[in-house]
Amino acid sequence: MATPEITPEPPADLNVAFYSRPIYLSAIRHMLDAFCERMGMDPNQSARVCLAVDEAICNVIRHGYGGDPNGRIELAISRLEENGPTLQIDILDRAACVDLDTIRSRDLEEVRPGGLGVHIIQEIMTEVEYSHREGGGMRLRMRHPLATDKSEGSSKPNG
Amino acid sequence: MDEQAPMTMAVDRQDNLLIVRPEGDIDLASSPGLRAQLRELIASASGRIVVDLEGVPYMDSSGVATLVELLQSCRRDQLELVLCRLSERVLSVFQIARLDGVFTISESLESATDTNT
Repeated sequence: MATPEITPEPPADLNVAFYSRPIYLSAIRHMLDAFCERMGMDPNQSARVCLAVDEAICNVIRHGYGGDPNGRIELAISRLEENGPTLQIDILDRAACVDLDTIRSRDLEEVRPGGLGVHIIQEIMTEVEYSHREGGGMRLRMRHPLATDKSEGSSKPNG
Repeated sequence: MDEQAPMTMAVDRQDNLLIVRPEGDIDLASSPGLRAQLRELIASASGRIVVDLEGVPYMDSSGVATLVELLQSCRRDQLELVLCRLSERVLSVFQIARLDGVFTISESLESATDTNT
């Protein structure tokens, strides 16, 4: 039986690899903000996308690598033209694989510190998909339209 | 390499009023320092604590978590907590987390420090 042919994904427009250290978050945000601006994204939407990416990286640092500053994280950013101009952001790590069913937002009615990252990511990004990587680690793929919608602050309705 | 970023914070103590003014982004690199400073400050505070966020252009959920911890400590110690002068960007994080109704948030420092309100 013939093995199905797998089409390799094209390389990302921009790749950044860095250590799992919170001190780099500011630089990543500024770089991503500049990229989004160059791609024509509305500044308010860009700020929200930067927050979602910050939260995703924080989750890798804190939960994936458990605070180990020597883990590697890769950020891959691309502009897609499927169904209109879209920003695709992958966050890849080599941390322990997490059971995909356990990655979910917590009950926001409970006022307590922590556990907001997944909710924030899901609230801001239009597509969010976690998967296991070949060879170990996790991939978080997020997408957000590049087209500006100035009618509201959020790309998604609340709820 | 130091994994944390220092958090600069001005402090103004008055009778039954403590005003704290953090400066800079509050993220996973700086929130541990902010948390430590706030814990130390509220140990000797009474009345109202105002966190003036005018000098904070960016906050992520680690910053929000730090302020939720502060709110819980204030409630336990019967202190009032007011946040003021949040930028649109910072306020939106509280809105996304649906915490904007949990905190007392004031637009101006004058109303935040008015202890008759």
